Amino acid sequence: MTDLVVYPALVLAAGAILVALTRGPVRDAVLLGTPLATLYFIWQVPDGVAATAYFLGYTIEPLEGSAVRRLFATIFAFMAFAGSLFAFRQAKWYELSAAMLYASGAVGVSFAGDLITLFIYWELMAIFSTVVVWCGDRERAHQAGIRYAAIHLAGGVILKVGIEGIMVHTGSIDVQPLALDNFDTWMVLIGVLINAAAPPLSAWLSDAYPRSSPTGSVFLSAFTTKTAILALILLFPGAGVLVPIGLVMIFYGIVYALLENDVRRILAYSIVNQVGFMVCAVGIGTDMAINGAAAHAFAHIVYKALLFMSAGVVVYRTGKNLCTEVGGLYRTMPITTICGIIGALSISSFPLTSGFTTKSLISEAAHLEHLTAVYFLLAAASAGVFLHAGIKFPWFVFFQRDSGLRPQDAPWNMSVAMILMSAVCIGLGVFPEPLYQLLPYPVDYEAYKASKVLFYLQLLLFSGLAFFVLLPWMQRTLTITLDVDWIWRRGLPQAWARGCRLADAGFNALGRTVGALSGRVINHIEWLLSPIGLLGRSWEIGTTALWVAVLLAVYVVAYLL
Amino acid sequence: MTGPEQDHWLSRPETVRRIWLTFGVLLALTVLAEVVIDIEGYFGIDGWFGFGAAFGFGTCVIMVFGAKLLGLVLKRPDDYYHD
Repeated sequence: MTDLVVYPALVLAAGAILVALTRGPVRDAVLLGTPLATLYFIWQVPDGVAATAYFLGYTIEPLEGSAVRRLFATIFAFMAFAGSLFAFRQAKWYELSAAMLYASGAVGVSFAGDLITLFIYWELMAIFSTVVVWCGDRERAHQAGIRYAAIHLAGGVILKVGIEGIMVHTGSIDVQPLALDNFDTWMVLIGVLINAAAPPLSAWLSDAYPRSSPTGSVFLSAFTTKTAILALILLFPGAGVLVPIGLVMIFYGIVYALLENDVRRILAYSIVNQVGFMVCAVGIGTDMAINGAAAHAFAHIVYKALLFMSAGVVVYRTGKNLCTEVGGLYRTMPITTICGIIGALSISSFPLTSGFTTKSLISEAAHLEHLTAVYFLLAAASAGVFLHAGIKFPWFVFFQRDSGLRPQDAPWNMSVAMILMSAVCIGLGVFPEPLYQLLPYPVDYEAYKASKVLFYLQLLLFSGLAFFVLLPWMQRTLTITLDVDWIWRRGLPQAWARGCRLADAGFNALGRTVGALSGRVINHIEWLLSPIGLLGRSWEIGTTALWVAVLLAVYVVAYLL
Repeated sequence: MTGPEQDHWLSRPETVRRIWLTFGVLLALTVLAEVVIDIEGYFGIDGWFGFGAAFGFGTCVIMVFGAKLLGLVLKRPDDYYHD
């Protein structure tokens, strides 16, 4: 059986190597053809374990199929295609090659039937996503890439500790639901949550993604956090702790995005926000909730990539990253503006977009489980998403004021990629059934009930009103917002420097005291030994005889006692 | 730069006024539509007349002011990390 199966991840990896070896039209064909070939092979993977191998004395299962695994692999391969289409004429070959290896890691994780395979592909993603970050062309990208790599390698170590513990204590390396009742499974959960950008370690995402190239951020937005969601679905469905973690992520993303000035960092925070919805859904854990997490991940990858594409075009054409530097770009960038707005409406779950037909599955799951607080918090968060991403992003970038910039619209390949993604966003919003068919559990859900549509229209349009009413409080400033990464970017270095200064001062003081004391002791010894000192001077013979007599007397008395 | 009359049609004051008017009418319609379409609340309170509108507006106000408050503590100049 092994001989008959093609590993989709290896197809992408082979394509990545070919991208490095070829040039010109051949390379373009490889770039666009490989993800499509991968898609074909993804759909040839049957349910259940399709291949086994021996590795380090363990039987590993590098290829295990199921509906949810194929769904995630499908969207990853599709993203590799759309990202390549967006980037193939502008990005450097090594960025494209690294991005394809990164996608290969994501597809590999999707089909990993055991924890060893999962870990290997997990690390492949960490390595090549770091390369993609480094392809940003400034020193800042290099520094952010180092921080990004450090967090992911640390996360990998935590994951590895958990996996090894499970291997030793249970003897099983299967990817299967794990109970959070021991140290090992908690380590695995923490390792996975680091990749999901869950607090307190969320800052790697908003630190690194905006520093990548305009094309790199499109790839980065798609894979790492969503493979973490798939891992949570496979390993921790229904783990209650994920509900509050997801809710914290949702509101963290909104608040930080509201304060942010960097265009792509707004979108980066909004990834954390959207992944929070999925984490929360996995925590709810019912069939409806897992369907919601999977469907939302699928739709999110498309509209988030679309948003990063439109922001990427702006950065590519203007070289500007900040809301305070752009504005009024709709005049000369109509395609980018319209596609950006479609992405913004989709992320806001506007009716007739993919966000509405997928995210509402999660709210429905909360309602069916009678999780009143969760339901209302998710509704408030939907309003908040419209506020920070749905309006803020297009308003400050494309409208707001006339910045005087008159850049050209997107190059043709970037336009085609954005139009393709926009079509998918609207397609999934108008005809959600094909996506529902691919979900892990049967879907008995009607997205477009008049009452639900009206409720969401009220919610979203009035949050739009709130945005414009509160606009004076939302004007952007040349600021950043401190995050937990302050600890290692500023706090620890400062504490170290202060510690060093204190130690320096302490050593200096000690040195001075010891120096002064030893000087006095030496002086005293010199005086003692000098011709006038107690030990150095000449004594009269009578005085000496007297002292000898005294000593002998003391000795005799002491002996008698 | 061009004058308002020669600028893009979207930036003309007349267009902006129309957009605001349309937006206002849409807002009113989404609330008034509840007279015809009954919103089935899942938890009681969300079935109240205009609840979606009030909840959307109110929570956004809270989030914006919450963010502003947090910003007072956490905002720094954008060259804070010297990059």
